[in-house]
Amino acid sequence: MRKTKISNKIIFISLTFLTLLLYWYGKEIANYFDSKWLVKYPKHYSFPFAIYTTTFVKWLINEANFLLFTFNDLTRFFAWIIEQPYKIVLAIFSKGILRGQGQDAIQIIEPLSWISVVGIFFTLALYTKDKFLIILVVLSIVYLAVFDQWQSSMITLSSIIIAVPIGVILGILFGILSYKSKILEKIITPILDLMQTVPVFAYLVPILVMFGFGPVSALIATIIYAMPPMVRTTLLALNNIDPQLKESGLMSGCTERQLMWKVLIPVSKPTLLIGVNQVIMLSLNMVIIASMIGAGGLGYDVLASLRRLDIGGGIESGIAIVVIAIALDRLSQSFANLPTLSKKTQLTFYNKYKKIIFLLSYIISIYILGYFFTFFKFFPKELMINTSLFWEELVKYININYFDNLESFKITLLTFFMLPIKKFFLGIPWPWFIFVLTIIGWYFGKFKLALLCLVMSIFIVTTGLWEKAMITLYLCGSSVIIASIIGIPLGVWAGLNDRANKILTAFIDTLQTLPSFVYLIPVVMLFRVGDFTAMIAVILYALAPAVRYTAHGVRNINSQIIEAALISGCSQRQLLFKIKLPLALPEILLGINQTIMLALSMLVITALVGTRDLGQEVYIGLTKADIGRGLVAGLCVAFISIIADRIIKAGSNKLKNKYGIK
Amino acid sequence: MKILKNKFNILLSFIFILFAQNIYAVESKDPIKLTLHDWTGQLITTNIMAEVLKEAGYNVELVPADYIAQFAGLQTGDLHVAMEMWETTGRDAIDEYTADGRVVNVGTTGMDAIEEWWYPSYMKEKCPGLPNWEALNDCAEAFSTPETSPKGRYLGGPVTWGGYDDERVEALGLDWEVIHAGTDGALFGELESAYQRKAPIMLWVYAPHWAPSKYDGEFVEFPPYTTECYTDPSWGINKNAAYDCGKPRGPIWKVASSMLKDKWPGAYDAVEAFTLDSNEMGNLVAAVDLDGNTVEAVVAEWMANNKDRWGNWIK
Repeated sequence: MRKTKISNKIIFISLTFLTLLLYWYGKEIANYFDSKWLVKYPKHYSFPFAIYTTTFVKWLINEANFLLFTFNDLTRFFAWIIEQPYKIVLAIFSKGILRGQGQDAIQIIEPLSWISVVGIFFTLALYTKDKFLIILVVLSIVYLAVFDQWQSSMITLSSIIIAVPIGVILGILFGILSYKSKILEKIITPILDLMQTVPVFAYLVPILVMFGFGPVSALIATIIYAMPPMVRTTLLALNNIDPQLKESGLMSGCTERQLMWKVLIPVSKPTLLIGVNQVIMLSLNMVIIASMIGAGGLGYDVLASLRRLDIGGGIESGIAIVVIAIALDRLSQSFANLPTLSKKTQLTFYNKYKKIIFLLSYIISIYILGYFFTFFKFFPKELMINTSLFWEELVKYININYFDNLESFKITLLTFFMLPIKKFFLGIPWPWFIFVLTIIGWYFGKFKLALLCLVMSIFIVTTGLWEKAMITLYLCGSSVIIASIIGIPLGVWAGLNDRANKILTAFIDTLQTLPSFVYLIPVVMLFRVGDFTAMIAVILYALAPAVRYTAHGVRNINSQIIEAALISGCSQRQLLFKIKLPLALPEILLGINQTIMLALSMLVITALVGTRDLGQEVYIGLTKADIGRGLVAGLCVAFISIIADRIIKAGSNKLKNKYGIK
Repeated sequence: MKILKNKFNILLSFIFILFAQNIYAVESKDPIKLTLHDWTGQLITTNIMAEVLKEAGYNVELVPADYIAQFAGLQTGDLHVAMEMWETTGRDAIDEYTADGRVVNVGTTGMDAIEEWWYPSYMKEKCPGLPNWEALNDCAEAFSTPETSPKGRYLGGPVTWGGYDDERVEALGLDWEVIHAGTDGALFGELESAYQRKAPIMLWVYAPHWAPSKYDGEFVEFPPYTTECYTDPSWGINKNAAYDCGKPRGPIWKVASSMLKDKWPGAYDAVEAFTLDSNEMGNLVAAVDLDGNTVEAVVAEWMANNKDRWGNWIK
C-alpha cells in the first residue's frame, strides 16, 4: 500500500516535470526532429466528419423513406401533435380565440387579462400556505405588467407551460424504461450526456429543417435541452426506493403496472418534483435561443433591444425572464416540500375545490368587468415604468469615469494570468496531452475511464479542431479558476451564516436565469471585444454552482463530528479549516464540476464577443447553416465536458471513500 | 343515407368555393408569411411590403426569424418571403439555397449596402489625412490600444461576415491589427462606448443602419473595388496580392420560397416590384431609432405619402 503511494507520487512529479519541459521546449524538440506534426496536427490527416454528417442529415430529410411515409412526414407529424396544445395555451394567455388566419383573424374571445393571471398565480401560491411566497409570486406577475412586458411574457409563459409537461412526462417515461431494463439504461445514459453537453446552437439548424420554422421547433429544442435531469432524477428516485416497500406492494397483489403507478411513482414524488424544478429552470434558460428560431416572446425582445443598443430595454426584458423563473421555481419547490395530503378526512365537493371555484368566478367577473373598464383588460399605459434611461446613464457614467481603471485591471489580469494559461495549452504537443490525459483517466477510473479519455481526445484531434479545443480549455479553465476563487469562499460564508445564504441564493439565482445576452453588451462597452470579456461573461454565469454546492457541503456535515471536534477543543478557525472544509471537499468538487459544465455551455455564447474557440466554430456552423460543421464542433465540446465530468466525479468518489462519507 | 350526406358535403364545399372566389380577387387566402429580423431597417421594409400586400387583399403574417436560419423555412415553404438579404453578408446562403430552386431570388430592393472601415469625426483632429487610406499608417499609433500598440486596432465584423480585412491589411501593408467582433451588438457596443469617451476607434460600419446617422463620422476611402482586385493579384497597388482595394458595395436582395410564385403569383409580382432607395431608408430608420417613433407609425406615414408608388406594385 505504502509502496504504491510513493510510486504514484514519483509518477505524478515526473509527469508534471515532463509536461512543463515540453511546454517550454516543445517547439524546439519538434523542429529538431523535423516533425512539426507533434505540435500541429497535419490538416490532410483530419477526417472529414463534418461533410459526412451534413450529407447524412440531408439524406435523412430529403430522401429517407419508411415505405408508407418519409422521415419528413414523421417529423412533421410530431410537430403537428405538439402544436395543437401550444395553440390552445397561447390562445388562453396571449392571442385569444381567433377565427381566420393572418390579419383577417377576428378575436372571438379575449385572452386572460393581467388581473386574471395574477389571480391564477395567487391561487396556486395559496396552496403552499406560505405568506412570503404569495407576496413574491404576485409581485412577480405585477412586475410583468408594470414594466410593459406583458404581451411577450405571456408568449414565453405559454411555451414554458407546454414544454415543461412534455419534458416531464417524457422524462419520467424514459426514467421508468431505464429503471426496468439495464440494457436500455446503458443506451439512454450516454444519449443523455450528449443532450446535456452538446451546445444547443449545434442542433438548431437540423431541428429547423426537420420540424419546420416556428414555435414548435423552438419547443422541441427546449425539450431536448431541459429533459435529461428529469430522466436522471426519475431513475435515481426509483432506485432509492426501499425494497421492502416494493415487496409489500407485490404481496398485496399489485400487477406490474399497478406497482409502478400506484406505489413506486407516488412514493418518489418529492424527488420527482426536484426534477420538475430543474426542467422549469432549464426551459427558461432556453428562452433566448428559442426566440432565434421563431418562438418570439421575451427572448426576441432581449435580442432586438441589444441590436438597438438599448441596454435598459434588454435588462427589463431579461429581468422579466428572471422574475418568471423565480416565481415558477419557488412555487414548484414549495409544492415539492408540501406534506403529502392524507386522505383520511372525506371532504365535500365544495370544500375540496373551494379555491378553484373562487378562481373561476373571479376570472369570469374580470371578463365581465373588462367590457366596461379597460383597466381590467390592459394595464394602463400611464402607470407603466420605463427604466431604459437610467441604465443607459449608469453604463455611460461608469464608462466615462472608470474606463481607464478597468482597462489597467484588465491588462494586468491578461498578462499575468490568462496569457500564460493560453500559452500552456497551445504549447503542449498534442500526443503528450492525450498521453497524460489517458494516464489521469487510468489513475482515477482504471481501464474504462482511460479508454474514454483516449478515444474522445483522439476524435477531437482527427476532426482538425485541436487548436480550437485548446483555446476552449484555456478560456474555460481560467474562468473556472476565477469562479472558484470567488465562489467557494462565498459558498463557505453562505454555509455558515443563514442570512448570507438567503441573500446569496437570490443573487446567484438571478445570475443564472438572467440571459447572458443582457450583460454581454455592457461588458463589451467596458472591456472591449475579446477573451477577457468572454471570461467575465462565463464567470458570471458559471459562478452559481460553486457557491451552491460549497454551501450545501459545509451545511450538511454530520453534527456529531462537529460536536466531537468542539469537545476536543477545536477553535472556530480550526473547525473550519481542519474539519468542515476537508469534509465538504467532495461536494465542493462536484460544484466545480458543475461550474465547468456551465462554463462550457456558455462558451458558445461568448463566440458572440469574438472568441476563437470551439464555440465560434459552432456559431459559424449555425450562421452558415452548415449542419455538419456545427454538429461536429458541438460533439467536441460535449466530449471535453464528458471527460472533465467523469474525471472529477471519480476524484470526488475517491475522496468520499477516503473520508468514509457515503 | 350516407351517400346523401356525402353529396350534401360536396355541394356545400362547391358553394363555399364559389362564394369565396367571388369575394376575393387574390389567388389564395392562406397567410403569406414574411420574416422579421432584429434590425430596424428590415422591420420597416417588411412592414411596408406587408401593408402593400394587405391593400391588395392578401392575408399576411409576420414571423420573427433568424437571418440565416430562416432559409430552412423558406426551403420547406413554412416561410415565404424574406425582404432583406444583403449581398455582402448573405451571398453564400443565397447561393446554397437557391441552387435546387426551392428558394428564389426575387431581385434587388433598390437599396445598396455599404460596408467599410469607419471612424468618428473627432478622430480627424488626430489624423488629418483621413479619409484617404494612405493616412492610415501615419496614425496607426493614434488608433492603438495597449493590446495592439504600436499597431492600430481595427474592429472588424464577425468572421461569418467575411470581408477579407485580414487580407486587406496584408495587401496594403497597413500597420494595423484586425480584431473580430462576434456580433453586430458587440460591434456597435464598442462604438457607443468609445463615442461616449471620445476615444479612438476604427471599425466596420455598414449602411443603411442607424449608426451612421446617430454618430458623426466617415468611411475610409480605399482604392475603389473592382472584381479584378479580389481575383487578380497583379491588379492595383500591390502587384503580388489581391484585396488591395475597398469592399464591394452590393445590392440588398429579396428572396422568396418558390411556393410564393406557384400559390400567390400576384403577390410574387408585388414583391418583385418593390423598391426603396438607400437614402429614403436611412431617413425611415432614423425616424424610428433616433426620434423614437414606432415602426408601425413610420410605415403608416410612408404608405400615406406614397400611394402612387405602391399602387403601381400591385396593379
